[in-house]
Amino acid sequence: MSDWSAAPAPLERRLLTVLGIDELGAYRVLRVADVETPEPRPGQFAMLAAAERWGGGEDERPYLARAFSIARRRVGESHFLLEDVGPGTNRLCELREGDGLWALGPLGKGFMPPTERRRAILVGGGVGIAPLAILQDALEAEAEREVTVLLGFRDAARAAGASLLRGAQVATDDGSVGHRGLLTELLSKELYRDSRAQVYACGPAPMLEAVRAMCAGRGVPAQLALEAGMACGFGACFGCAVPKRGGGYVRVCLDGPVIDAAELERVDEHAGAPA
Amino acid sequence: MSVAADAGVDFCGLRLAHRVINGSGTFDALAARRVFGGALVRDFPFAAYVSKTITLEPRDGNPAPRLWEAAGGMINSIGLPNKGLEGYLAEDLPQLSELLAEAGDAAEPVPLITNVMGSTGEELSRLVAACEQRAEIAAIELNVSCPNVKTGLDIGADPRQLEQVVSACREHTRKPLIVKLTPNTADVALCAQAAEAAGADAVSLINTLRAMAHAPGGGRWLGGGTGGLSGPAIRVVALAQVAAVAARVELPVIGMGGVQRAAHARDLLDAGASLVAVGSESFRDPTIAFQIARELGS
Repeated sequence: MSDWSAAPAPLERRLLTVLGIDELGAYRVLRVADVETPEPRPGQFAMLAAAERWGGGEDERPYLARAFSIARRRVGESHFLLEDVGPGTNRLCELREGDGLWALGPLGKGFMPPTERRRAILVGGGVGIAPLAILQDALEAEAEREVTVLLGFRDAARAAGASLLRGAQVATDDGSVGHRGLLTELLSKELYRDSRAQVYACGPAPMLEAVRAMCAGRGVPAQLALEAGMACGFGACFGCAVPKRGGGYVRVCLDGPVIDAAELERVDEHAGAPA
Repeated sequence: MSVAADAGVDFCGLRLAHRVINGSGTFDALAARRVFGGALVRDFPFAAYVSKTITLEPRDGNPAPRLWEAAGGMINSIGLPNKGLEGYLAEDLPQLSELLAEAGDAAEPVPLITNVMGSTGEELSRLVAACEQRAEIAAIELNVSCPNVKTGLDIGADPRQLEQVVSACREHTRKPLIVKLTPNTADVALCAQAAEAAGADAVSLINTLRAMAHAPGGGRWLGGGTGGLSGPAIRVVALAQVAAVAARVELPVIGMGGVQRAAHARDLLDAGASLVAVGSESFRDPTIAFQIARELGS
């Protein structure tokens, strides 16, 4: 995939069929048949809801659709990375082959390609690694692009998610897999080795803020894929606003989810993926 | 798209293609065109488009988080972000007007209803007077769910205050004037009567119900402290209030609250509403209003 431009999303929700759900340690990869979707740009997302029994879970939820990065495209398939953290993801994790899934999208602004001669460094934390997988596919499809992948997780069960990407260096909080400590320690080493880089990051808010601060300090451009609770995904609800540099807010769904780090004073504590 | 079986509806002298519109603040047509492109104007979901609330001065809105998913619905605490009157008239109105002209049929654009809010009758009057000057605006909706700076009570919750404010606005416009009633009051029908006495052309209800959520670890979740509950959870409240209001006033009523399907819209129409608005359900499916209209028309 070398087309970085995004086509308009279809106005109608599409009813997709689940092909399967694969265990990936603490995560699940949801695979759906998705033939007619406009080809998503890496970093774009879709609003998902199970076609049956969406509601009636914990606290009589879910009600709203949930935003998920498109983690990967295969011929005729879209993949989404799930972690069961609440009534919405809980229901999605129950889906089985043949079940229906409502999808609206692809939505939002995705990643922009690196300017020439900059090495792409992909920095992902937890379930936030999802949009980096499709980004790695796109970057590696382009000739002779060096891509460095740094992924951080809480523990070994989550670190199994690292296999979603190729050639990842891994850090875990508990040291059970790879480097024991913070992902930013790996990033610091990479930037010390060669700071002519373009950083792409997605993960929990504290991680994104640490990446933003480090890149700002070293003059390295960074694109951050944010996450925020949103009701619609297409600019209607104004629920996903995060503060921008110089005052005011950006809508994560419309102005993001991928935001140039320079547009933010700091990453809001509510603008990240589950840790 | 067209709703063939429904040849059009008259609402306060405006011709609408069908009976389903949007609730204020639940659909940003300009943002949606950026996302969905030409499909939005080809298949525009609403028979009239209600703008989000416009205030005299620009507002950034409330700090995050702004949403909480409740049982069968959601609480929003958005805080009415908008560019202010001047920004709206200069930037958004020309674009909206162009979009709604494209979205309408050859002869008539989709009517634009501009929703305005102020904390005093004087503020609201200034907003109304400014809207009166613009031909692109077909009707004006007053958001009276704003606390009076002195009493702290919502203007729209107190029938006497509401009557004064609507009377003041009435003097400044000949366009249809719709009063969006708040459900957070002792007797919504009394408020509707006050709006009628003051010269309103229509009332719309219900606005969201005041609500609050605690974070999982305790403390208030929403950045704005409290917010408004919408979605299926409020549908039965909306039906009761629409029925109560329709029984007490002669004015046309725009009914809304938790509408997800044509059956829910039909309930509100049966209770006396002339039009139905869809709000939160559009978040889940941006085409739902049109689907409901089509089913109502068939």
